[in-house]
Amino acid sequence: MSRLASTFEELAKTGRKALIPFITAGDPSPNFTVPLMHAMVEAGVDVIELGIPFSDPMADGPVIQRASERALAHKMSLRRTLEIAIEFRKTNQTTPVVLMGYLNPIEAMGYEDFANAAQRADIDGVLTVDLPPEEGMECSALLKARDIDPIFLLAPNSTDERVQKMDLAGSGYIYYVSLKGVTGAGHLNITDVENKLKQIKAHTNLPIAVGFGVKDAQTAQAIANVGDGVVIGSALISKIEANLDNPEQAHKEIIELLVSIRQAMDN
Amino acid sequence: MNNKYNMPDDRGHFGPYGGIFVAETLMPPIQELNEAYQRYINDPEFIAELDKDLKYYVGRPSPLYHAERWSRELGGAQIYLKREDLNHTGSHKINNTVGQALLAKRMGKTRIIAETGAGQHGVATATIAARLGLECVVYMGAVDVARQSLNVYRMKLLGAKVVAVESGSKTLKDALNEALRDWVTNVDNTFYIIGTVAGPHPYPAMVRDFQSIIGREAKEQCIEATGRLPDALVACVGGGSNAIGLFYPFIDDASVKMYGVEAAGDGVATGRHSAPLCAGRPGVLHGNRTYLMCDDDGEIIETHSISAGLDYPGVGPEHAWLKDTGRATYVNITDTEALEGFYALTRMEGIIPALESSHAMAYAMKLAPTMSKDETLIINLSGRGDKDMQTMAKREGIEL
Repeated sequence: MSRLASTFEELAKTGRKALIPFITAGDPSPNFTVPLMHAMVEAGVDVIELGIPFSDPMADGPVIQRASERALAHKMSLRRTLEIAIEFRKTNQTTPVVLMGYLNPIEAMGYEDFANAAQRADIDGVLTVDLPPEEGMECSALLKARDIDPIFLLAPNSTDERVQKMDLAGSGYIYYVSLKGVTGAGHLNITDVENKLKQIKAHTNLPIAVGFGVKDAQTAQAIANVGDGVVIGSALISKIEANLDNPEQAHKEIIELLVSIRQAMDN
Repeated sequence: MNNKYNMPDDRGHFGPYGGIFVAETLMPPIQELNEAYQRYINDPEFIAELDKDLKYYVGRPSPLYHAERWSRELGGAQIYLKREDLNHTGSHKINNTVGQALLAKRMGKTRIIAETGAGQHGVATATIAARLGLECVVYMGAVDVARQSLNVYRMKLLGAKVVAVESGSKTLKDALNEALRDWVTNVDNTFYIIGTVAGPHPYPAMVRDFQSIIGREAKEQCIEATGRLPDALVACVGGGSNAIGLFYPFIDDASVKMYGVEAAGDGVATGRHSAPLCAGRPGVLHGNRTYLMCDDDGEIIETHSISAGLDYPGVGPEHAWLKDTGRATYVNITDTEALEGFYALTRMEGIIPALESSHAMAYAMKLAPTMSKDETLIINLSGRGDKDMQTMAKREGIEL
């Protein structure tokens, strides 16, 4: 069983929901990321989504765009993101790591080389924002052959047909984009999410993690009541942005936020 | 025996290029658009309305002008200019915006968004939005807003909201990113009018089909003027909409050579250019697989060109396919050479071309003398140079 599958299974047994932080690898600097990943695990997160910096992050709001820009200014890349994952794995063999990013860096590396490199880095899942299943079968097959879960997105306007398509194409979990918009947008409607998740659940047994628009303990708690996992990204990265002259403070504030979210979700 | 060109396939692939590479939220609207497009492109009523607009609003057909003096001066092929500069709003861009806006209206969309580089597509979109009474938002890189201020003013006059995009390199690619972000946020009421033959399927095929009026007319006009097909076609290529519009109706005419001219900026060897077909590599950006300017890590490289309309790191996927199959040849022209083309046409024929089109003029100056006097060369004069007066005056040290 994949690390992601067993993580969600364990959580389900205890009636808890997955807390999934998203951070951009190498933001604000390459040395910041691995210690933060370990500290996030200490704070009670279940899965880590590690963003691959990209020059043109079309589905992201300004906060994550700037995170990519800061990381790229330090010459971060897909290759160096994988190195960060390897470094993390040296002292943590249990927490799943999901790479999240855009297709072009993977295209540039080549699908097979990427799949091999991801396997060497002991990556658990790969979510490629601009690679829908229609175009993604070749890459997904290479990942699956190496026990890496290809993770796909669903959105508020996804039809039943598309839910079924993701159920067949994806594994690990489905990432539900909770609103029409970019990451970090501010108009999350819990009732809409709840209704949509019911529709999705009718067609898939995969766990559903909900992201885009989760900002604080309150929204995370509300989402945890309806989904299997809560993804939080822009709100964490905002802490980095607010403390660019003081990375230790950023680290501290991210952990504080995650601790408060964990508590709220478990209540 | 049936080897007629019939790209793309039904999922938008031109060989390995094209396709649909977008985030999930955009899949339903793209599917909706594709269905509407397939329905209306074969609907006689839609076509009749489009033809009427092209004739009375755009001013088509545009003339095929024999540049006799310039041809004599260059001493080779007879040069004919396809005068897209004479269209309403001053470039070929309006052919496509008229078509897409009619589609938007039929789909019940009330809000139009667009990206623009030089501002020609933005102006053409704002124009048609004004005419149809639709809300219009145009995304434009902050660098382009500064260098094409005349077009920014035109768009505002027409009632459009122009958003200066400050992210990334602040040029056309960043405007496209921002337009995609807008679309994903407002998918229910918004129609995204892409201005070039890029983006996810069906855009490359749809924009081509709307622009192919250029080649259809040119073919007929050339036969009327010379009694036969042209020997060569030349057009500038940024995203590649004016080039594909000219090339497409000639693809099955094997005797007609096609030259797409990319912007070499300071020279391809310097790395400061916008010539993905000449010096890039295949990759995925803005919804399709095509040649891109990116580094070994797949990060998009900043481009450079004197002309804002060619300052783009990608190119339409059909051009990628025409390059790989050898049907079209892609060459490049530096900023300096483009200026020579600009001055040559201005002074030899009394026609001031856009800086984008000047790249095609400059290549024709190299090509024409290698051809014989009884051969015909058609250059797509895709836009007029009025929008570039400030840039040119500044280069000459003149304050307007």
